[in-house]
Amino acid sequence: MTPQTTATARVNDLVIRFANVNGTGSASANNLIMKSIFRMGVPVTGKNYFPSNIQGLPTWYEIRVSKDGYLARGEQIDVLVAMNIETYARDVKDVAPGGFLVYDSTWSRSALLSRDDITVLGIPFARLCNENFDGLRNRTLMKNICYAGAMAALLNIDYEVIRKLVTEQYASKPKLVDANMKAIELGYQYAQQHLSCPLPFTIARMDSTQGQVLIDGNTAAGLGCVYAGATVGAWYPITPSTSLMDAFRGFCERYRVDPETHEKKFIVLQAEDELAAIGMVIGASWNGARAFTPTSGPGISLMNEFIGLAYYAEVPAVLFDVQRVGPSTGMPTRTQQCDVLLCAYASHGDTRHVLLFPANPKECFELAPVAFDLAERLQTPVFVLSDLDIGMNDWMVPALQWNNDYTPDRGKVLSKEQIDELPKFQRYLDPDGDGIPYRTLPGVSPKGGYFTRGSSHNKFGGYTEDSAEYQEVLDRLVRKFNTAKTIVPPAILLGPGNRAIGILSYGSCDEAIKESLHQLSAAGVEVDYLRVRAFPFGAEVDTFLAQHQMIYVVEQNRDAQLRSLLVLETEVEKRKLVPVLHYDGMPMTARFVTDAVLAHTPVDATL
Amino acid sequence: MTSITKPKVAHPSLPRNDLGLTRRDYEGSMSTLCAGCGHDSVTAAIVEAVWGLSMRPQDLVKLSGIGCSSKTTAYFVGAAHGFNSVHGRMPSVASGANAANRTLKYIGISGDGDSLSIGLGQLSHAIRRNLDMLYVIENNGVYGLTKGQFSASADLGTKSKKGEANLQTAIDPVLLALTLGAGFVARGFSGDKAQLIPLIQAGLRHPGFAIIDVLSPCVTFNDHEGSTKSYQYTRDHYHAAVETDFVPRATAIEVNYEASAVVPLHDGSQLRLRKLDGAFDTSNRAAAYAHIAAKLQEGEHVTGLIHASAAGEHEMHTQNHTVTTALNALPYAELNPGQAALSKLMARYC
Repeated sequence: MTPQTTATARVNDLVIRFANVNGTGSASANNLIMKSIFRMGVPVTGKNYFPSNIQGLPTWYEIRVSKDGYLARGEQIDVLVAMNIETYARDVKDVAPGGFLVYDSTWSRSALLSRDDITVLGIPFARLCNENFDGLRNRTLMKNICYAGAMAALLNIDYEVIRKLVTEQYASKPKLVDANMKAIELGYQYAQQHLSCPLPFTIARMDSTQGQVLIDGNTAAGLGCVYAGATVGAWYPITPSTSLMDAFRGFCERYRVDPETHEKKFIVLQAEDELAAIGMVIGASWNGARAFTPTSGPGISLMNEFIGLAYYAEVPAVLFDVQRVGPSTGMPTRTQQCDVLLCAYASHGDTRHVLLFPANPKECFELAPVAFDLAERLQTPVFVLSDLDIGMNDWMVPALQWNNDYTPDRGKVLSKEQIDELPKFQRYLDPDGDGIPYRTLPGVSPKGGYFTRGSSHNKFGGYTEDSAEYQEVLDRLVRKFNTAKTIVPPAILLGPGNRAIGILSYGSCDEAIKESLHQLSAAGVEVDYLRVRAFPFGAEVDTFLAQHQMIYVVEQNRDAQLRSLLVLETEVEKRKLVPVLHYDGMPMTARFVTDAVLAHTPVDATL
Repeated sequence: MTSITKPKVAHPSLPRNDLGLTRRDYEGSMSTLCAGCGHDSVTAAIVEAVWGLSMRPQDLVKLSGIGCSSKTTAYFVGAAHGFNSVHGRMPSVASGANAANRTLKYIGISGDGDSLSIGLGQLSHAIRRNLDMLYVIENNGVYGLTKGQFSASADLGTKSKKGEANLQTAIDPVLLALTLGAGFVARGFSGDKAQLIPLIQAGLRHPGFAIIDVLSPCVTFNDHEGSTKSYQYTRDHYHAAVETDFVPRATAIEVNYEASAVVPLHDGSQLRLRKLDGAFDTSNRAAAYAHIAAKLQEGEHVTGLIHASAAGEHEMHTQNHTVTTALNALPYAELNPGQAALSKLMARYC
């Protein structure tokens, strides 16, 4: 053990990283620690860096504790719990100077792997558990829970909070409460007796998590689909979107099953592939149900042909793209924002689609009904572009709220009475001048029947190869897209809006940018920040682009896809847009944004 | 070429069904297929079948993929909604449509090109899902719209219009459907409406996935073998007797047969049909498979109802325990748990 270095004492401001082997039950221990800190009223966020594998490969979990409420990925590792011998060498290197490394001292570690500028603390987790528990599997699981106890002692986490959480978690299995508490106690007592507790980094009660919840974006989006009134979910399993449909199904089982007849007011279809999943969504939406599919980039690639059909035949569809690292199979368990252009122009021919960009799980929930409203109002596919960081990590967000006055916007669907009043129903007219035609549903009236096709059609819905008739429909679709601009969620501006420099971004970059604004301000650089929440871009985006001399476009992909979309779809001068690109698959830190902006901003630019 | 609306003149003496509708009320727009195309006979059989069932036209939903056969959904029951989707993927659209509203009747029209190549996966999984629909394959062994390439149902050794022999084995939709567990499997012939109409009616009534493979000859691209209109013959004889755009006017093949028949095709080849005799046990899937496979080996296509079983009891919605009301008709109030439930739920996340 190296002599303890003198670390500057910090309260409620640290990053803890757990290095584990996946499939060993470490998630329970890590969640327990995070939730305990949350219950102590201290803002916290957790990020899981896991392999595309079920068992045996390295996995890391990172908890950032921030009294200031910063929720982006932390910038340095203050405490590292090294439970995976495979990654020990790397883990030792990752600890920030002055930090602490906790390892399982049941087995000795090479002194060569030590460092003078960190404190290494050994706790014999395996030995403690082997002495106290039976069975290989049980010992492995308990070893992880055991470190939760040690962390409680080292960081001053309220022991009673932990006990209460464990009791809640295993409410139906009291035996497990005892076993888990025993393991926690072992770790706690060992640390208290053998190490100088607490460390200079501690947790102390605050009151900053009132009204907040810890929830991941896929759960929130699945719940949002329930509240939006979706009845048909069609999908093909793909990381990192799978838990969205799991959540939808789970909530439907809770809220949509008749207690007496056990009949279900929803259907979830696991398709044979993504080609079929989107076909099901289109069929169901065409037939008047709210239907959606969760997927990721490879799924969108497969769905392209059908997406073009829905665009041209004007069928609503809602797609959740929980983006992961591409191209091709890429890194399925890492995060990126790399499907922006793919989704904006999905399918062959002239197509443009409505995109929504949630920035956190709360917006995943809130934008779900918006997505269905827009899809049905505009009779077109709508993409909700989440990502792995939002979708699969627990974020601290205000508790989700529902407005009971909400009524779904089902769009221009004619009732039987309306159809029967018409001399003749014609599908693709534009009587309201907004580019949006009226549609009918099957089964309603024999006068409402029409033929839906992806082949060229005239405004009456009939097949045509007449150039003028074809073009007339295609031009109306542009009018419809212009209508979309006026009804999609507007971008959100932070700052007065009249500064020389701006940051423009979207989605999960938000937390890092908001934190960076404080860092930049401290460095004397004041910028405006616009977060776009939808494509097509509204007038407020044009205004922002026009009013700033230099705009950093911050995004998580290599090719500056949002910037490309801005250049293609607005009048902005390309060189005004400075790309700030983060695409290594890990969530972005505030420091990354700050450094990029400071490196490029002329000294007098903000004067 | 735009779509052609059929002039609708209903003669007062036309027979009416239980709803007081005539056959004309079940027609669609004018067919744009080649004159004498077998598919038009299938269309006529569907009109007759649906009229005969006295179905409300708006209660039928017509779906198709891409190809000659897929165009035909426009040619019948014009008052019903139709959906001409993408190649081979009508089954997924039908699955979604049925998911949204289980109270309507779904008929899918596909071809061998649409169903047995790109669509093979979707067809197979619609069978597995036991989707409540009637799936009609208009099977002619060739790609018509792209001018005569072999499809996956082309028999081994058969020759294309260009004289190339097909070297790949055929996929038989009936054997496929039997293998995958379809609850209703039949084969018909476009020239035999007397047999086809009741098969269509039975298929529409089957509560689950019903498939009818309809042998439906292509007058344009199956009109070549040993023919003086072949590419080779034309080149040898110098003056062009055949232009590729020229479609000879042919009379639709019709046949009435009691037990078995040999039908001459437009190209001079023959289609041998054998009706199942009344004693055939349509409930025994394995026996049906063995019989059909044996007859195929002899070059005979068995037609009629081949298999019908109780698999229909476990159609998609039954498997899922979906409410009997159409999902698209459920009031929003029954779907949305409301704020009270949400705040209760949120306690689990803090």
